[in-house]
Amino acid sequence: MPGLQEMAKKEGAFAGGHRMCAGCPVPIFTKMLTRVTDKYEIVAGNATGCLEVASSIFPYSAWKIPWIHTAFENAGASMSGVEAMYKSLKRQGKINKKLKFVAIGGDGGTYDIGLQSLSGAMERGHDLVYICYDNGAYMNTGVQRSSATPLGASTTTSPKGKKSSGRQGKRKDLTKIMVAHNIDYVAQASIHKPVDLSNKLKKAIELDGPAFINILCPCILGWKINPDMGVEAARVGVETGFWPLYEVENGEYNINYKPKYRPVTDWIFMQGRFRHLKSPENQPIVEEFQKEVDKNWEWLLKQ
Amino acid sequence: MKKAILTGEHFFTGDVACAEGALAAGCRFFGGYPITPATEIAERMASRLPHVGGSYIQMEDEIAAIASVLGASWAGVKSMTATSGPGFSLMMENLGLGICTETPCVIVNVQRGGPSTGLPTQGAQGDMMQSRWGSHGDYEIIVLAPYSPQEIFYQTITAFNLSETYRIPVLIMTDEIVGHMSEKVIIPDSRKVKTISRTAPKGRKDRFRLFEPGPNGVAPMPAAGQGYNVHVTGLTHDEKGYPVMTVDTQVEMMDRLTGKIRNNLDDIIMTESYMMDDAEIVLVSYGVSARTCLAAVDQARKSGIKAGMFRLITVWPFPEEEIKKIAERVKGFITVEMNLGQIHREVQRCVGGKVPAVLVGHHGGTIIPPEDVLKKMKETF
Repeated sequence: MPGLQEMAKKEGAFAGGHRMCAGCPVPIFTKMLTRVTDKYEIVAGNATGCLEVASSIFPYSAWKIPWIHTAFENAGASMSGVEAMYKSLKRQGKINKKLKFVAIGGDGGTYDIGLQSLSGAMERGHDLVYICYDNGAYMNTGVQRSSATPLGASTTTSPKGKKSSGRQGKRKDLTKIMVAHNIDYVAQASIHKPVDLSNKLKKAIELDGPAFINILCPCILGWKINPDMGVEAARVGVETGFWPLYEVENGEYNINYKPKYRPVTDWIFMQGRFRHLKSPENQPIVEEFQKEVDKNWEWLLKQ
Repeated sequence: MKKAILTGEHFFTGDVACAEGALAAGCRFFGGYPITPATEIAERMASRLPHVGGSYIQMEDEIAAIASVLGASWAGVKSMTATSGPGFSLMMENLGLGICTETPCVIVNVQRGGPSTGLPTQGAQGDMMQSRWGSHGDYEIIVLAPYSPQEIFYQTITAFNLSETYRIPVLIMTDEIVGHMSEKVIIPDSRKVKTISRTAPKGRKDRFRLFEPGPNGVAPMPAAGQGYNVHVTGLTHDEKGYPVMTVDTQVEMMDRLTGKIRNNLDDIIMTESYMMDDAEIVLVSYGVSARTCLAAVDQARKSGIKAGMFRLITVWPFPEEEIKKIAERVKGFITVEMNLGQIHREVQRCVGGKVPAVLVGHHGGTIIPPEDVLKKMKETF
């Protein structure tokens, strides 16, 4: 694996001049897609979402690789079709290129509406990497809660107020669901650790079979943070243990980074969406949040 | 914000007015899923429903959203969801389930340009035929097309009333322009809001038949859990609700599903006439395009053309008889709509070649200028 400086010399899959919001960290991983492998060319499918919208505003495209915008719910299924036919053409000797396929979706398009299509693609065993960029809500339509929204976060459909303290109940742990698909490679990564992230992308892309990577990608607008805080918010998310960095290869867990366990309040109170949790009556929610994070770490350490 | 009916003068978008109309009608359940340009309806309901004893739940996709609405309706509560093109397509199977199981509910489609993801932030009226025939099988449906935030408020109440009266999903087909425009909306005193709820069953619970039609062709509807035998299925079923896959039962069920609409057209069909008394050229329109027609009629009158507008408030069932009658006395029709001729074909069918019936259509994305309508008038007549 070349160092980051070497990697940066290679043309990225994603051009500058895209219309992602100022400070949005999502392009960090999209640029890497072509840089992490020298062996293959990449074909990407993109579920509807902010990355899709902001990377393809008429008449331009930020993508330097073949790119297919599917509907909201079917990046996994559409790319299954692409991959299956590529394999067939390859067997028939009609195509010689060495291609790899990635499907990309946000948490809405992956945890919720696209879960069925993702699950099917992984179960059938396509040579496909599904990348979820998890920013914890439907940010493209203006911050509505998703099943990835953390406990207590205020969104427009789980608003803080007299009758509600933001999102109720536990968020879905999609990475664990993907581990249960018994595929070769599942990983959780964060946008703030480029070496770890690019290692994971390389592994997932180059292996022969289905793989899933879940990347924590803070949203400047939805998390209510300053535009220069995107990468930092991801870092603190990892250091507080909210987002453990680990990979599961053929069922074997490997924790990539053990933080010094900062309290989760360091992470939630740097974001406006949790500000209401500072009030004393919401203290039990903060405690519950910490308890869930602790429990998840204890579970993870036992694997 | 604690009251269900916010009596007073407001400056609302169409989407917000829709949510307020629903609350005024007694809607207490919203199964939501975000989609531009309908998201604001979900957002309003998410913040308002908890204060009035209702429930907003956000579902994992539009299939789940409409399915949850059907479920909540069987729990005895007036229920709704709102979406736009791609979500509307996903809802089509469950729309048929709602029709087959005679489940009252309201579904709002704030139309945007299509097909597929299309123009998420720009208006269109391209889902009008889908609103009529989008689910598989043969059926009747009620579809309303309001043209202003004020009218969305009232038509959402009407949609619930029709839905509860006829035990049928009612669709409100608005569009991005009306959904996102802000105008004055007057919400009347709560005593002046007329609401209708489904007829509750009477008599012995053990003799109850879930789909036995009452006087208007519609069966009373219990909520699940009240002690009546509630057996609900999307299979062809008899009056008890039990699946019977015979031709006779199919005929009986289909006649009931279609008859309750076809035999009550006078109650269901709403239209509005503008300058129609002496009109020679009739603009047929609905939703935002009707606003274009108001301007076009005024401009035409100024230049001596006797134009009028026949506005469809109920689009389906189609006001066939009314169009036929108008065709007897006018020189021609122009259908004005933001698609490439969906309702236009329906108008042509009813006019039956008696006089010219032409289209001013649009591919979607922007409102039709009145000048285009005037130009067509002068070209054709």
